[in-house]
Amino acid sequence: MATITSTGGAQVLAPLLRRITGDEKHGPSAHSTIDVLWVLYDRVLRVTPQTVDAPDRDRFLLSKGHGPAAYYAVLAAKGFIPEGWLDDLAGPGSRLGHHPDRMLVPGVEIGTGSLGHGLGLGVGTALGLRAQGLTDPRVYVLTGDAELDEGSNHEAIAYAGATGLDTLTAVVVDNDSASHGWPGGIAARFTVNGWTADTVDGRDHAALYAALTNHHPGRPHVVVARVESKG
Amino acid sequence: MRTTFVDTTAALLDDDPRTALVLADISASAFAPAARRHPDRVLNVGIREQLMIGVAGGLALTGLRPIVHSYATFLVDRAYEQIKLDLGHQGVGAVLVSIGGSYDGSREGRTHMSPGDVALFDSLGEGWRVHAPGHPDEVPPLLRAAARDDDRVYLRLTERRNGAGYPDADRLRVLRRGGEQAPLVVAVGPTLDATLAATRGRDVTVAYTHTPRPFDTAGLRALAGTEVVLVEPYLAGTSAAVIGRALADRPHRLLALGVGDTELRRYGDPEDHERWHGLDAAGLRRSLDAFLA
Repeated sequence: MATITSTGGAQVLAPLLRRITGDEKHGPSAHSTIDVLWVLYDRVLRVTPQTVDAPDRDRFLLSKGHGPAAYYAVLAAKGFIPEGWLDDLAGPGSRLGHHPDRMLVPGVEIGTGSLGHGLGLGVGTALGLRAQGLTDPRVYVLTGDAELDEGSNHEAIAYAGATGLDTLTAVVVDNDSASHGWPGGIAARFTVNGWTADTVDGRDHAALYAALTNHHPGRPHVVVARVESKG
Repeated sequence: MRTTFVDTTAALLDDDPRTALVLADISASAFAPAARRHPDRVLNVGIREQLMIGVAGGLALTGLRPIVHSYATFLVDRAYEQIKLDLGHQGVGAVLVSIGGSYDGSREGRTHMSPGDVALFDSLGEGWRVHAPGHPDEVPPLLRAAARDDDRVYLRLTERRNGAGYPDADRLRVLRRGGEQAPLVVAVGPTLDATLAATRGRDVTVAYTHTPRPFDTAGLRALAGTEVVLVEPYLAGTSAAVIGRALADRPHRLLALGVGDTELRRYGDPEDHERWHGLDAAGLRRSLDAFLA
């Protein structure tokens, strides 16, 4: 498996994660989303600290909102936020909380925490860009497999598929944490509605990159990134 | 009012490329011509009200000005957390336009009623502007003004209507002036005609507004003596706290009338519900006389 430790990402991210969590014991792989986030910000998303307000930037929407240490570490590594912000997570004067707030953190597209809001906002963002002739930027929405329990996701999945919203990519980080599971697989929930889907090893950067850029005209795309079971 | 809303929105879609409309099947056929002209900005998501508000939030994040429309109970009650998080928490706005608020859907029953919608916006505390027009002529200027800015706006339409419209009544407009220190009766939106009928021959001042949020507290302080009566077309007491704060430094008595908070479990016509909630002229007169006796 081509893990993050072989890419150079770990060397950058490990000290930043330690600053956020104070956890000296666990490496970056303790965070289920870290590899997806690193590949997105390192190789896929066309957005920089200088273009966080540019109309034609790519959008990344962290729907999950939970456990955002990996997200903050990547934003700091890429210069969106000062590293010093990492030292006081959720403190009284901190701009970084246990769930991110777009009004407080540069580069954060949506404030989340309550599950099941990102895909709807992502669909609206993709539609808003299209209505303004901005067909180049892509909208990536990251959810978790347990987050898919929320019915609001399925409103968005059905509608995006039916209307062929092809600038939208959903990323489901699957650590097998949904209480009742997804018999038949997560990708099937999307493909039955007309999406294209790739299910890949969520620690394999080459596979993630290929899947995250494997969208096709006329259909939204989903990447199911499988990582270790939450247990 | 719904026809006026459809015509005004269609014109806004034609004139302003920033305007977008999000529907969840309700009124979709009325907007079919507009949808053919603007397929990228007239979006019917099907019977998916959570998505309807989420899409509006996303559109607003890209700089568009979404108008969102359904029955009040589906638009507000059902999608309450989306309104709170996908609009307010994201720091973006939309124009939410409802129909059927209190009991226009009386024959459909409780499932199609939302007397508590305005109270829900009060609970959000995110600067929602609320309009409850009492005449179709009041709708176009309110909607056009809302489409121009980026605020959070709730426009509550109803089939109930007064004989005359007062488009400029965003602040309290005096329609009948009583003597000095006469009780002040404030009628909101479609309650005006019944209020005027109920107060005929009484020494009271009657003021009208179609915009309960922000409430014209300066106008209230200028007009109010000791007795204040509030007549609202939604849940009784919705504006009582606002008025209590505005008059906190003065001894006063407030009677707050509106739709009762008990589910009636009755069908019938809107006129029946108006009577059952004591919002017809006879019912208002009974309440006023008891309060002022």
